[in-house]
Amino acid sequence: MREQEFARLARRRPALEARARVLQALRAWFASEGFLEVETPARVRAPGQELHLDAIAAGAEPGLDRHPRWLITSPEYAMKRLAGAGYERIVQFGKCWRAGEIGPHHQPEFTMIEWYRAHAPLSAIADDCETLVRLAAQALGRTLPPAFDPPFARVGMSELVREAANVTIAGDETVEELRKAVLQAGVDPRQASRWDDVFFQLWLDKVDPLLAQRPPTFVFDWPAPLAALARRKPGAPHLAERFELYAQGLELANAYGELTDPVEQRRRFEEENRDRGALSKIQHPIDEDLITALARMPPTAGVALGFDRLMMLVLGTQEIRDVLAFAADEV
Amino acid sequence: MYDTSDIRKGLKMMVDGQPYTVVEFQFVKPGKGAAFTRTKIKNLLTGAVLERNFRSGEKFEPANVEIKSMQYLFREADSCVFMDTTTYDQVSIPVRTIGDAQDFMPEQIVVDVLFYEGRTVGVTLPNFIEQAIVETEPGFKGDTSTNTTKPAKISTGATINVPLFIMVGDTVKIDTRTGDYLERVARA
Repeated sequence: MREQEFARLARRRPALEARARVLQALRAWFASEGFLEVETPARVRAPGQELHLDAIAAGAEPGLDRHPRWLITSPEYAMKRLAGAGYERIVQFGKCWRAGEIGPHHQPEFTMIEWYRAHAPLSAIADDCETLVRLAAQALGRTLPPAFDPPFARVGMSELVREAANVTIAGDETVEELRKAVLQAGVDPRQASRWDDVFFQLWLDKVDPLLAQRPPTFVFDWPAPLAALARRKPGAPHLAERFELYAQGLELANAYGELTDPVEQRRRFEEENRDRGALSKIQHPIDEDLITALARMPPTAGVALGFDRLMMLVLGTQEIRDVLAFAADEV
Repeated sequence: MYDTSDIRKGLKMMVDGQPYTVVEFQFVKPGKGAAFTRTKIKNLLTGAVLERNFRSGEKFEPANVEIKSMQYLFREADSCVFMDTTTYDQVSIPVRTIGDAQDFMPEQIVVDVLFYEGRTVGVTLPNFIEQAIVETEPGFKGDTSTNTTKPAKISTGATINVPLFIMVGDTVKIDTRTGDYLERVARA
């Protein structure tokens, strides 16, 4: 067993060295762009109530209060509190934890790069993502295939779904209408009754395979039911100002034109907590400091990019464990 | 009742009214969506392999299949006769149900016979068998290269590719899933 561990760690050495070089290059770039690198707590009282994320329990602080602590699923809330206090360009390189996520592209503990630009459009964040991919390859002396020459393709969700499945999904249909369209595309959503579940059945069956074949692609204009913390698109309220970056079958980054409306944000949190209750999931408290911060936040675009997946992309590995010193089953 | 957390290689479950076995599975999670299990599943009746994505929490009926360890006795006309190694019951299975497995099914071999709702629907061979070569061109003793091959016949009548040094009477190990020669286990 011990011998196997030595062999495995020796095998991973080039990947670990590459991680360190890329991290250094990215940090230097963020600094040159005027970003302040911040570190926010890993343990919080309000880890976020996004329906499909499960936080990992992290004890309590009996000397302080009676609230349980949780490991963050993303540093988003704390970073927005900074953004609301006038921090205009901030970046964080840090660990996040999501219970139960283990697969070729998933580990329950992973490294995220999250950054926010005040007074910048969402497209500026897409430009940043292109830069990061280029810098990562450069730091390793690698040349990316021509498909990776910027700018990457920027397509609307609806356009991509039409290309993949030959049906039209605008984002404002009812669940019944959506089910009908998905069935028409030859996909059976079976027992799914939630809008997002029906949508993602189509996404996985039809769109994911297409994205895996395409050159790197930003998918913009997500349906409002999948807006999460994004604001609605001005002039098209059935769409959210959000993009996801996909490359080589990897979902690399998720970005928002940030929602800065505290009333709307509270409404979404309450709705998510109701949904969590309906699925017998833990309901977390609403982060009131975040709600207050949103009211002061200037128009801001922000993104979370999976650093481990970026390394998978530039090193061409198939499994996330190949770019980690220790995967969850190796600790 | 199974749900997606029970999915493992080899799990036998009903999908669209047909019995399937899981060939491959992995965790996937589209951004902001629910977790799914991406699978390759094999239809136990037709052998067809499908890709299906199941949302976490989806439920399945177990497939009413039973696997019995049985010994292949002999062939008669269009079927093969097997004996249950514990009860000594005999069953006759049509050769078209057995399919390509016949190539690597010498008499006396013990195989897994699959029953679906009491009916035989297929046999699964052990992954490896050892068989004597009954017919091949003369070998070249000095040639130990495994890159160059020649055809050779085994006792079931199937032909496989073997290295040039293999001679009639040698016993070789074969992967029944691919029909590939693996190694020589005994010399003539």
